[in-house]
Amino acid sequence: MENLITMFSDPAYWDSLSRIIPKALNETLYMVIVSTFLAYLLGIPMGVLLVITSDNHILPNPWIERILGTIINIFRSIPFIILIVALMPFTELVVGTYIGTKAAIVALVVSAAPFVARMVESSLKEVSAGVIEAALSMGASPWQIIRKVLLPEAKSSLVLGVAITTINIIAYTAMAGAVGGGGLGDVAIQYGYNRYRSDMMLITVFILVVIVQLIQWSGTTLAKKLFHR
Amino acid sequence: MIYINNLSKVFTTTKDSFTALEDINLHIPKGAIYGIIGLSGAGKSTLIRCMNMLENPSSGEIIIDGQNMTQLSGKELRKTRQSIGMIFQHFNLLESRTVSDNIVFPLEIAGWPKKKITQRVRELLPLVGLEERADAYPAQLSGGQKQRVGIARALATNPSVLLCDEATSALDPQTTVSILDLLKEINEKFNLTIVIITHEMKVIKEICTDVAVIDQAHIVEHGPVESVFINPQSGVAKEFISSVFPNQLPAQLLAELAQRPGSQIIAVHFLGTAASEPIISDLIRQCGVTVNILHGNIDRLRSTLFGTLTLELQGSPANLQEAREYLTSRNLTVEVIQ
Ligand SMILES: Nc1ncnc2c1ncn2[C@@H]1O[C@H](COP(=O)(O)OP(=O)(O)O)[C@@H](O)[C@H]1O
Ligand SMILES: [Mg+2]
Repeated sequence: MENLITMFSDPAYWDSLSRIIPKALNETLYMVIVSTFLAYLLGIPMGVLLVITSDNHILPNPWIERILGTIINIFRSIPFIILIVALMPFTELVVGTYIGTKAAIVALVVSAAPFVARMVESSLKEVSAGVIEAALSMGASPWQIIRKVLLPEAKSSLVLGVAITTINIIAYTAMAGAVGGGGLGDVAIQYGYNRYRSDMMLITVFILVVIVQLIQWSGTTLAKKLFHR
Repeated sequence: MIYINNLSKVFTTTKDSFTALEDINLHIPKGAIYGIIGLSGAGKSTLIRCMNMLENPSSGEIIIDGQNMTQLSGKELRKTRQSIGMIFQHFNLLESRTVSDNIVFPLEIAGWPKKKITQRVRELLPLVGLEERADAYPAQLSGGQKQRVGIARALATNPSVLLCDEATSALDPQTTVSILDLLKEINEKFNLTIVIITHEMKVIKEICTDVAVIDQAHIVEHGPVESVFINPQSGVAKEFISSVFPNQLPAQLLAELAQRPGSQIIAVHFLGTAASEPIISDLIRQCGVTVNILHGNIDRLRSTLFGTLTLELQGSPANLQEAREYLTSRNLTVEVIQ
């Protein structure tokens, strides 16, 4: 107790905190936002393709469905930490380096995109065959059905998926320290675990909990607003 | 208007195949309300879905407004579908769109300009009586209201044909009548050809001008509703008709009556004005038979009266023959029951 009071009343302590935490928070948010965005950029087309090429859908094609499905499964089964190492040459090719925040983003996107594809797939599969059939009967093209039926009808479910994906990516950013990505998870490991600074551990974990709560709450609220069934 | 020639549909799975439609031939005239009735699994939905090529026929052709539907390219088919409206048993509305945005949907698909779309929606909402609910979501509507949205949506692009697949089967009897009235109204107003698939004879009786009976992949009979009701040929048709005009006598009564000498049971079907003529008294006076009324009913078939009178006649064979001829001469249809 005595110890804690001395620590908290030492201005140098707050100074070091304010140097470490905001920077780490910044890095985490940057990695999470950019990776989630890019993972969706890649994941949505893959998810859509999985759905529309499936049996009895608008463009059935067992080959595309099977090949894409297999690729997704392979990527999803590789442990993240191994993926980071395995991707190093590719990462260097894409962002010019295999360490740092940008490098971490490449690994995060590659690992999250197949997950997103499956989330999108399951959301779009909830759209009833009857509604798709109605659109077909009006002369809608496959592209119109994707844009005006599948995605809008699934938007509530898609939003919930975004919340789940983002929270998953936050958890994964903790491992981004392995390639010098920084972020809150890295602080928790560097200071909290390696240097027995349990105060650092507690603060970063607390911030992460708040972020996760906030994302889940926004996701649920928005999904409810978009849900009209 | 619509010609279906030698249409067959076989569903094949890896293991076996199933014939859902076999050698269907139908002509649906312009402006008709054409009912297609059959039991569950008879092939009705498959047939109507072939008409707009939601289902690909295995052989045969479908010609709508002179276009052979089976020979259109993907793009031509999409264009043609814009002039064939369709409504469904479970409405199939877009849950994420309001009533008016659901009606907007087919117009967006057809690429109408915004201004014309707004104007068209303003015409359609009152037609189906939904001005008040324009901004409601489908989940907030009753079944009947949902089907009204479905109808407005199907009519949006001014189609020449409306296909209805069990459009009233999910609705209660009262709502069914109001939807059927609406269909009749738009049929008359726009001279729209309507094809109705149903398993309820009530629907046929209320609004259809023509009817085809489908049973196990085949059309077993078809024709103007009046003639099919008065003189059904197939067992299925007879069953369907007795579901709306029950005139079966109890078996025990029939057995009792069979014991009586010189007695014959006949059913007399009448249509329209014949219902108001003094036939029974003429029968007794002119043909020398005694008449015992066993059962009778009268109802509307579309807008004409349709009824059946089941009679026991007693007399000599010659008198009975004369009585039947007399009835036939008065434009009544006589069916000898026993
Ligand atoms: N896609 C399909 N694959 C295999 N069999 C089908 C398919 N669609 C319909 N059938 C079969 O065809 C028959 C007729 O179906 P349907 O036209 O839906 O009947 P109805 O609408 O008269 O109840 C049924 O026995 C049904 O099982
Ligand atoms: Mg059906």
